[in-house]
Amino acid sequence: MTLADIAQRLGLEVRAGADHLDREVTGGYVSDLLSDVMAHSEAGDLWVTLQIHENTVAVASLRELAGVILVGGREPEEETVKRANAEGVPILVTPLRSYEVVCGLIGAGVKGRAIP
Amino acid sequence: MSFTREFEIVGGDFASAGRVSTEIKAMLRGIGYPPDVIRRTAIASYEAEMNTVMYARRGSVRLGLEPGVIHLVFADEGPGIPDIGLAMQEGFSTATDEMRERGFGAGMGLPNIQRNADRLEITSEVGRGTRLDITVLTDEEAGR
Repeated sequence: MTLADIAQRLGLEVRAGADHLDREVTGGYVSDLLSDVMAHSEAGDLWVTLQIHENTVAVASLRELAGVILVGGREPEEETVKRANAEGVPILVTPLRSYEVVCGLIGAGVKGRAIP
Repeated sequence: MSFTREFEIVGGDFASAGRVSTEIKAMLRGIGYPPDVIRRTAIASYEAEMNTVMYARRGSVRLGLEPGVIHLVFADEGPGIPDIGLAMQEGFSTATDEMRERGFGAGMGLPNIQRNADRLEITSEVGRGTRLDITVLTDEEAGR
């Protein structure tokens, strides 16, 4: 499942990284704590968060996440968009809240990981 | 064969935070280290870089590459850590409201470094600064 497929299915709008929507999404991670995402997300995850500042971009880039969904109608800060475009990190926005986004992702076939 | 490079980190500069770690990661990838080594080094480097940005006036990191080993030495001029044992506890944080609003200050940074590094040494002097000596072993057999 690519980011483009998911964006279309959930009605997400793209705010940055539009050239990278062909990326494969292999899982998801929901958190507003950056250290938590650094510690526990996996490469290929789609990150659902309400953090709109530029530090999210470095985290997504360093962890090789598929992209970032900003929830609740939040818009990325200008600097976030600039940096995300520069580093090739897709940022998508939605009026939906985190839980509804996750429901949509599961409906689209993005599975969570089994807890070992 | 060995290689060293030093990067500056500016305290309080949230806008640039993470750039040094991003650059280090790109270098390691260019050299061709195993993905797990790159991942662990990038996480440790990012957390240490963020700590420097959040707490210190200024700091630097020296990246050292030797056969089988990646060294990262973060040294800053800052408030120091009065009780390192306490700071290492998951969930303990001295973050300000501003840091917490940005999604930091969950008390996960130092434990994250510890988990991802093969060796972590912290030395700190209150009122002077902190030094983190991070070692990541790069031989696949030596990893986890």
